[in-house]
Amino acid sequence: MNWLYDFNYLTRSIHESLAETFEPATVTIVEMALAGLCFMILFALLGLVLVYAERKVSAFFQQRLGPMRVGKWGTAQTLADVIKLLMKEPLINKNADRFLFNLAPYIIMIASFMAMASLPFAKGLQALDFDIGLLYISAVSSLGVIGILLAGWSSDNKYSLIGAMRSGAQIISYELSVGLSLLTIVVLTGSLQLSTIVESQANGWWIFKGHIPAVVAFIIFLIASTAETNRGPFDLAEAESELTAGFHTEYSGLKFAFFFLAEFANMFIVAAIGATVFLGGWMPFHIGGWEGFNNIMDYVPPLFWFFGKVSFLIFMMMWFRWTFPRLRIDQLLTLEWKYLLPVNLMNIVLMAFLSLMGWHF
Amino acid sequence: MEEVIQDKDLESKEYFINMGPQHPSTHGVLRLVLSLDGEIIRKVEPHLGFIHRSIEKMCEHDVYNQIVHLTDRMDYLSCHINNEAVCLCVEQALQLEIPDRIKVIRTIIGELTRLSSHQLWWGVMGMDLGAITSFLYGFRDREMITDIFEETCGARLTMNYNLPGGLMFDIHPNFQKRTKDFIAHFKKKLPEYDTLLSNNVIFRQRTKGIGYLSKEDAISYGVTGPTARASGFSCDVRKHHPYSGYDKVQFKEILDTEGDCYARYKCRIAEMWESMSIIEQLIDNIPEGPHKVPTKAVIKLPKGEWYQKVETARGEFGVYIISEGQKSPYRLKFRSPGFSNLSALDHMARGCKIADLVAIMSTLDLVIPDIDR
Repeated sequence: MNWLYDFNYLTRSIHESLAETFEPATVTIVEMALAGLCFMILFALLGLVLVYAERKVSAFFQQRLGPMRVGKWGTAQTLADVIKLLMKEPLINKNADRFLFNLAPYIIMIASFMAMASLPFAKGLQALDFDIGLLYISAVSSLGVIGILLAGWSSDNKYSLIGAMRSGAQIISYELSVGLSLLTIVVLTGSLQLSTIVESQANGWWIFKGHIPAVVAFIIFLIASTAETNRGPFDLAEAESELTAGFHTEYSGLKFAFFFLAEFANMFIVAAIGATVFLGGWMPFHIGGWEGFNNIMDYVPPLFWFFGKVSFLIFMMMWFRWTFPRLRIDQLLTLEWKYLLPVNLMNIVLMAFLSLMGWHF
Repeated sequence: MEEVIQDKDLESKEYFINMGPQHPSTHGVLRLVLSLDGEIIRKVEPHLGFIHRSIEKMCEHDVYNQIVHLTDRMDYLSCHINNEAVCLCVEQALQLEIPDRIKVIRTIIGELTRLSSHQLWWGVMGMDLGAITSFLYGFRDREMITDIFEETCGARLTMNYNLPGGLMFDIHPNFQKRTKDFIAHFKKKLPEYDTLLSNNVIFRQRTKGIGYLSKEDAISYGVTGPTARASGFSCDVRKHHPYSGYDKVQFKEILDTEGDCYARYKCRIAEMWESMSIIEQLIDNIPEGPHKVPTKAVIKLPKGEWYQKVETARGEFGVYIISEGQKSPYRLKFRSPGFSNLSALDHMARGCKIADLVAIMSTLDLVIPDIDR
C-alpha cells in the first residue's frame, strides 16, 4: 500500500518496466500518452461528478431533491445529459465566423488541460513540476478568456458580444488579484515550484502559519478566483436573466458541452490551486512539533487530503453561487480596482515585513 | 485624418437589441427594443400585442357571469381581485345589498391573493438579479396559499371564485384553520426573505438609487400600486375608496419617498406584513350568513355607466361598464395597472445599464397578459 502514500514508487515501477522493453525515446512517448490519457479520464470524471454535485448542492440549498430519476439517486443523470448533448445538432449562425466559432470551445478546453497538467495531486503525482509552476498556472488559466472573447465575437449575436466583452474586462481585472494573493504566500515559501510550496507546509498549512495576511490573501483569492471562473455571483458573462446565455448563447450540442465542462474544470483547477497554496495541497493536517498527532494524520493518504480540500473549496464556490445575487459590471470592476487590489498590495507589503522579521511560524 | 473621422464605420453608434418576446426576464411575451450605447440604455421602447386576446371586445358579447371568468386571464396573479372588481361593478349597477359574510371572505381571499402574488414577485425578483434560490423559497410559501385556494374553489391559478352577487361556493370547513396555519408559518418565513435578499450587500447595491421615479412622474404616468407608493404617491384604493371589508379593518398604507428599486422592494415586503395583519383581523370574525345573494340566471344591467376600482397586487384595477340595458355590456373597459406602470419604464431606465433595466422591470412587477389583455 506504499504507492498510495508516495506515487513515486508507482511511477518509477511503470517507468522501469517500460524501459526494459522499449527504447528511451519510445518510453518518453508512451509515458506522455499515458499521462495525457490520465488527464482525459480525470477531465471526463470531473465533469460527471461536479455537474452532479452542483445540481445536488443547489437542490439542497433550494429545498428540493435535484435529479432523482436516472440511476440510484439520479447519479446517472449527467451521463444521460452527455448523451443528449452528443446527439444534438451543432447549429451555426448563418453569418457567424465559422472558423473562430468552431475554434473557441477548443481554446477554452486547451487552457484548462494545460493548467491541470501542473497540479500536484499527491506526493509524486504531478505531470509537470516546473520551478515556475505557480506562474505557469496563472498564465495558462487566463488563456481561457481568449476562447470566451472569440465565442462572443464570432457568434454574430449582440448578447454574446456583450457577454464576451464583460468577461474580458472581468477576467483581466481579477487575474491581478488572483496573482497577487498567491504572491503573498510565495513571499513566505520563497519558491514558485508547486511541490516545494506543498513541502513547505509539512509543519502546518500557510493559512494557519501566515497570520492575518494569509487569511486576508485567502479570502481575496476565494473572491477573485470565483470571478475568474465566471461563476455566480460574478457570472456576468452568462447572466441568463440579462443576456439569455451570454457568450455561449449560440452554441449547441458538443460545443456547448465543452464550455460547460470547461467551467467545471476551471472551478476544479482554481480550487486545487487554492488548496495547494493555502491549505497544504496533499499535505495532511500537521501541527508543528506534535509528532504523535502528525503520524496519525499521515495514515490518511495524500490523495484524500487533496481531493477533500478541493471539494471543500468547490462547495464554498457553489455556496456563493446559489446564495448571492449577481453583481453589475461597474460594481464588479469597482470591487476589484478600488477594494481588492489596494488591500492586496498592502497585504503583500505586510506579509513581506512579517517574513523579513521572521514572525511567521 | 478628417477622412478617417468621416468614415461612417468608425463612428461609435447606438445599436439596438430586441429584448424579448422570448427573453428570460421579460416574464412573458413583452418585446422591448433597447437603444444601447455600449451597455448604457438610451431608450426603451416597449412593443405590445404578442398576447392580445381582445378581452374587452369579447366582453361585449358575453353575459356578466362570463365576463368574470375572462378577468382571470388578465392579471393571473391577482385573479381573485380582478373577479371581485367586475362583481362589485355589476352589484353596484344592480344596487344589490351584499351580506357581510361575502364581503369578509372576499377580503380575506383578496389579501391571500395579494400575498401569493408578492411571494411570486419576490422569488422572481431574486432570480432576475441572479439569485435563483429565492425563486424556490418564494414558490415554497406560495404553495400553501395555492393549496388553500384549491381546497376552497378547486382551482389553483384561475380561480373564478366570485360571482355577481356573492361567491361560487361557501368556504371549505378547513379554510380558517389552514389560513391561520399559513399565517403562522409565513410569519416565521418572511424574515428569511430579508436574510436572503434584503440585507444582502450585493442586492442593496443593485437596487438602491436605481430606476428613480419621482412622485410627480408617478402621478403623470398614471403609475399606481406599490410602485407609486414607493415614490410617496398615496394611492391605495383600499384606503381611499374602501370596498368589500376594507372599511372594517385596521391597516397602514405603506408609503416611501425614495422612489428607487429598493424602496419598491421594501414597499412590497411591508405590504405582505400588512396583508397578514388584515387576514388575522378577519379570519376569526367571519359572520354567518348566505354565501350568495340570489340573482337572475342572466343578469341584465339597467341603462347607465358604472366604474369600480380595486387595488390589485400591482395597483389600481378599474372596470368601466356602459350598459344599454342588454344582457351584455355595450362597452367595457379595463384599466389595468400593468399598462400604466410599464409606460414609466422608459423614463426610469434611461442612462441605466442592461442589468439595471432587469432590476427595474422586476420592481415594476409586470404581468404581460394584464398589459396586453
